[in-house]
Amino acid sequence: MPRILSAKPDSRLIPLPWELPLTEWPTDYLVALPRGISRHVVRFIKVGNDVYAAKEVIEAAAVHEYRMLQELARENTPAVEPLAVITDRRGMGGQPLDPVLVTRHLDFSLPYRSLFSQSVRPDTVNRLLDAMVVLLARLHLIGFLWLDVSLSNILFRRDAGEFAAYLVDAETAELHDVLTRGQREHDLMIAVTNLFGEFSDLEAGQLLDESLDPLTLVDTISARYRDLWAELTGVEEFSGTELDRIESRVRRLNALGFDVAELDITTSPDGSTVRIQPKVVDAGHHTRRLMRLTGLDVEENQARRLLNDLDTFRFRTNQQQLDESLVAHQWLTQSFEPVVTAVPAHLRGKRDAAQIFHEVLDYRWYASQRENREVPMLDAADGYIRDVLEGLPDEAMNSRPLAEGSRQLANPFDPSQGFADEEGAMPDDPWEVDAAEVPEPTGMLDIAALRRAGG
Amino acid sequence: MATVSFKDATRVYPGADHPAVDKLNLEIGDGEFMVLVGPSGCGKSTSLRMLAGLEEVNAGSIYIGERNVTELPPKDRDIAMVFQNYALYPHMTVGDNMGFALKMAGVPKAERDTRVLEAAHLLGLESFLSRKPKALSGGQRQRVAMGRAIVRQPQVFLMDEPLSNLDAKLRVSTRTQIAALQTRLGVTTVYVTHDQVEAMTMGDRVAVMKDGILQQCDSPLTLYDKPENIFVAGFIGSPAMNLISGNINENGVVVGDWTVPVARDILAKAKAKGDDTITVGIRPEDFELSDHGIAVDVAVVEELGADAYTYGTLAGLSDDEKLSAPQIVARLSGRTPPERGTTVRFVAGEGHKLHVFSNKTGERLS
Repeated sequence: MPRILSAKPDSRLIPLPWELPLTEWPTDYLVALPRGISRHVVRFIKVGNDVYAAKEVIEAAAVHEYRMLQELARENTPAVEPLAVITDRRGMGGQPLDPVLVTRHLDFSLPYRSLFSQSVRPDTVNRLLDAMVVLLARLHLIGFLWLDVSLSNILFRRDAGEFAAYLVDAETAELHDVLTRGQREHDLMIAVTNLFGEFSDLEAGQLLDESLDPLTLVDTISARYRDLWAELTGVEEFSGTELDRIESRVRRLNALGFDVAELDITTSPDGSTVRIQPKVVDAGHHTRRLMRLTGLDVEENQARRLLNDLDTFRFRTNQQQLDESLVAHQWLTQSFEPVVTAVPAHLRGKRDAAQIFHEVLDYRWYASQRENREVPMLDAADGYIRDVLEGLPDEAMNSRPLAEGSRQLANPFDPSQGFADEEGAMPDDPWEVDAAEVPEPTGMLDIAALRRAGG
Repeated sequence: MATVSFKDATRVYPGADHPAVDKLNLEIGDGEFMVLVGPSGCGKSTSLRMLAGLEEVNAGSIYIGERNVTELPPKDRDIAMVFQNYALYPHMTVGDNMGFALKMAGVPKAERDTRVLEAAHLLGLESFLSRKPKALSGGQRQRVAMGRAIVRQPQVFLMDEPLSNLDAKLRVSTRTQIAALQTRLGVTTVYVTHDQVEAMTMGDRVAVMKDGILQQCDSPLTLYDKPENIFVAGFIGSPAMNLISGNINENGVVVGDWTVPVARDILAKAKAKGDDTITVGIRPEDFELSDHGIAVDVAVVEELGADAYTYGTLAGLSDDEKLSAPQIVARLSGRTPPERGTTVRFVAGEGHKLHVFSNKTGERLS
């Protein structure tokens, strides 16, 4: 009987065919969702109405990754949610099978292989890379050394006009108290190399938009990361007469979406120079504020956009004197919720609620410009649903058969296997023959063999 | 190619009582395959990462060749971490999968092609170069990953538990391939593992570490035949060396009703150090059945091919004592093994070394 390790047990996992290797699972259990490439067998599996990701990997790695993802959840860092590790699997013939790590599929997520392909705008590419850099910096802030930074190990979610990046794979990761500069630079070097490889791969498969060049794409990553890191953690020194620079630094960090939980301020004995350095910064400045005011849990830039609309609402209804949380409740029930409920149920899988609200705000701005009047929010919502949302692909759970570009994949459940039309006999490989002859290891040291080899 | 030198290299983690690596002195020769081995937390991985530039060196220094790299960022050290991440890209050929990082570094195409071809030749992958990687086996994928590091032509290869995520059989075949390849390439290699069997079968020399301190660095056979302290004696070898402590008398060490004979000069050395008890070490294969010698109650007999392993405890212990008593293991070949439940006597066979250690310092006396 397989064993299930889980903090939140899900009994629906029990009847799944754990006695089969993932590659042999009947397709009834599988969902073909676009995703990155991986060195292990990974499948999206249907569990009731949910979709989970299942990865077959040796036990130590599965348990390690499960714990790492739990740590990230505890630290409030964007990552997929670990659900269970299935161990003690045996095949039909009694042979042991590798354990499986199960994580929850991230709703409304977009893997890079679908994002960088069809006529992507350079602007979008920049936003995706920015999201990746923010994720890397956030991980480094909590002492998380990833060691396998790559687009295949990231999922993107729409976040107002930007993207939010989520970590998907923590197999190689390590958690330290504080990372050294060398460790961060090493992670960055891995990121640049892997991204170049991934873009080159898309290019080789004719899946990368022609306007994009792999080298140019990765060229700016290091500078973006270092700039962000300097802003988040760097020391700033100024004259004792420029104390407003403390406030400016905090505002800049807020604008980047970070709260300053601890700022180290030291003054020279004569007070002529001041030195400041953020010691603890937490991502999610706007997310937290919106959550506190409305209970809505959304991405950072969505929160920023919604908060801006809340401020406008407050001004428009002339309630600047009233307690902010009371106005927030009015905004939620009179502005946000009517727009969200105006979306017919069958279209709700296209975007999450906060994203729809953000896009309606955009739609209303353009409509108001065009019509030279202030278009009411609900009219804008109707127009947006009719003109935009109806035509969008479903992003909640994309279950179109998996293809890359116009070509069929060799295995619709695994893009790591390449295209279907590239089969051919494998050349002979004497190394493989030798490897097959290696006896099953006993774990014992064959000292006699060592002596023979050593002469 | 280059030598690597750790000179009193020390790493202390902020807030820690003890250094993670304490004054490590290690000279690695040009082209040598050096394995760092030890239990979890011994400092082996930290040492490798100090060399890679991932961990700060709080005191001492590290040299690659004549260059002091102690303060250099990782990318300027001319090293390659092998297998760290080896996703293979499905739409690129095996050749491009090996050489893409050179393209990023701006190496001209002709040079790239030459280097990839050379690496493929070394790895037996020439006929795969223009294929896509999808049909490659686990072992072949490992070789492509090795190829990625080889084409970079670094001065030093670093490998940090590279085989830990492979299944047992692939681990054995890959380690054989890595060792053979390293010999042919002749590139200085530092390899970290917790698995002493892996260390002993791969390294030119093996550095055994414990609690941040280097215990011994020697060839695998010297480590096996002449461990310098009790820790190395117990760590190297599988099954492990039998380590039995007893009181000294004028002829040797008392073990149960038997005195294991120990040379007088060694006993004198022990006494000079203030030892009343010492530890004798006997490898399982050095035991022979005899009508005299150390009496052992045999609990389990396991027959493996031509050999039989017997597992037991010193005779005359109560059932409770047996539970916590050290296991005595013997490998007996070419004769009928004893039966479980019987009491037998073992002596160290002729021509075999008896290892003797001070209980005060743990150091080797013999």
